[in-house]
Amino acid sequence: MEMCADPSSLEGINWWMCYLTTGKHQAFYASFGTVLLLLALTAPVVMVLGFSGAMARKSSIPPLRWLGMIYTNVVRGVPDIIFFLFVPIAMDQGIEYFRHRVKCPDVLEPIRQGNDFVVCTAAKMPLGSSPQWMHEAYGFSLALVAFALVFGAFAANTLYGGMNAVPRGQLETGEAFGMTQRQVFWRIQVPQMWVYALPGLTNLWMILIKATPLLFLLGVEDIVYWARELGGSKTSRFAYPHPDWRLYYFAFLLVFYLFMTWASEKVFARLTRKLSHGQATLGGEALKVTA
Amino acid sequence: MRKLVLAASIAAMTAGAAAAETVRMGTEGAYPPYNFINDAGEVDGFEREVGDAICAIANLDCVWVTNDWDSIIPNLVSGNYDTIIAGMSITDERDEVIDFTQEYFPPDPSAYMALAGASDDVVNGVVAAQTATIQAGYVASSGATVVEFSTPDETVAAVRSGEADAVLADFAFLADIVNESNGELIFVGDDVAIGGGIGVGVRESDAELKAALNAAIDQMKADGSLNALIAKWFDGREASY
Repeated sequence: MEMCADPSSLEGINWWMCYLTTGKHQAFYASFGTVLLLLALTAPVVMVLGFSGAMARKSSIPPLRWLGMIYTNVVRGVPDIIFFLFVPIAMDQGIEYFRHRVKCPDVLEPIRQGNDFVVCTAAKMPLGSSPQWMHEAYGFSLALVAFALVFGAFAANTLYGGMNAVPRGQLETGEAFGMTQRQVFWRIQVPQMWVYALPGLTNLWMILIKATPLLFLLGVEDIVYWARELGGSKTSRFAYPHPDWRLYYFAFLLVFYLFMTWASEKVFARLTRKLSHGQATLGGEALKVTA
Repeated sequence: MRKLVLAASIAAMTAGAAAAETVRMGTEGAYPPYNFINDAGEVDGFEREVGDAICAIANLDCVWVTNDWDSIIPNLVSGNYDTIIAGMSITDERDEVIDFTQEYFPPDPSAYMALAGASDDVVNGVVAAQTATIQAGYVASSGATVVEFSTPDETVAAVRSGEADAVLADFAFLADIVNESNGELIFVGDDVAIGGGIGVGVRESDAELKAALNAAIDQMKADGSLNALIAKWFDGREASY
């Protein structure tokens, strides 16, 4: 904006208008989009991983069952922060290791030289010459995979519990009608399990919303990073000097997170009502009476 | 055979030098006047200008990236960026893990800052310092109680809120804050000389980059441009290069 050229001459409302539209503030506003995008992309991947994990645990093939057991128990047992530090680094180095083997087979120097992890320039992921947004998108994808793996394990356990909570009589009825195990699973067990799994999945979603600040551990600049950065006291080295304003920035985040929680509650309440229709649960019976 | 490969790769390097090589410059972006993120959201400060000048001389295409101070060394060695230019003093401990170029900023004493009216004894009380800095190490060994924070700004906020009695940091970082505090904050006790000068951190395996940076710093010292930048960002300080 034209009037923002000389911030030191601004006062009152104009100062605020210019201050709140600096490049740094725009990065702060954009980071809300990053967080929402992460949530929107992670949730479906978590459901797919969770469903596969739960199916693996129910499988009649032992190795598949063990795999499901190992996945849900190991990932749930490891502290999140360790997982978030380990998975992206391991994946990043794994990808670069394979690219190095494929693209630079004639480089003889070892990849591990003391503390250094050295791959040839062509094997860098993304390439050193790539624009910064590609580096950020790559970091974001690694973060997405890490989030999906962790939350997928919890979702697998929740869905497994949901599957087992479907009354045995329902499944037996299906069998009595001559359905195969496969048909019983897809036509009776799966449609009925959601209402049992939903409270657990709601919890997971809430925890996922609150876990997004972990993004910064993975090098993605999220809303908490920018709030801390913008709120910190600024000397006259900066165009808009101000004392410590972190309290106000964090209060704004508080409102944002509470709004997310409130909106999610609304959606989940509607979903629960919808799924309870015709179910032999307390919720389902209650709907029958009022209807 | 090894020599042949080396010769071939050097030939490839020099051939590539015409088209400037991309070097990713890693910094913290939270330590004015050394480095900070300005209101436009870009890396700014003394080290931004030094780094850009070095890159121009060495004909490198430089991209600036910021990283948390805590993990700034691990991310260098794993190759997320190629240099650390973040007010990092050259110390023996760090030199074991990474390499440093020659210094581009002379050894600077660290200073204690406290609320106005504090006595000199506060340096033996609860002292705030940033995690993994030479100051944090010094406070821990001085017998005072150290409280560590992940950003420099939080160490200052801790003194203002009374959580810590004093903060130990580079003099140049604290000077602006003391000057603009309207007398609320003062320097206390004696300054302490810890650590060497500030150099650019590079991977130990990156000998060519280190040589190129050293040559560029040599040139900046010889033509006086480094002294001019130091005077510009550090209130007319006379440097000795």
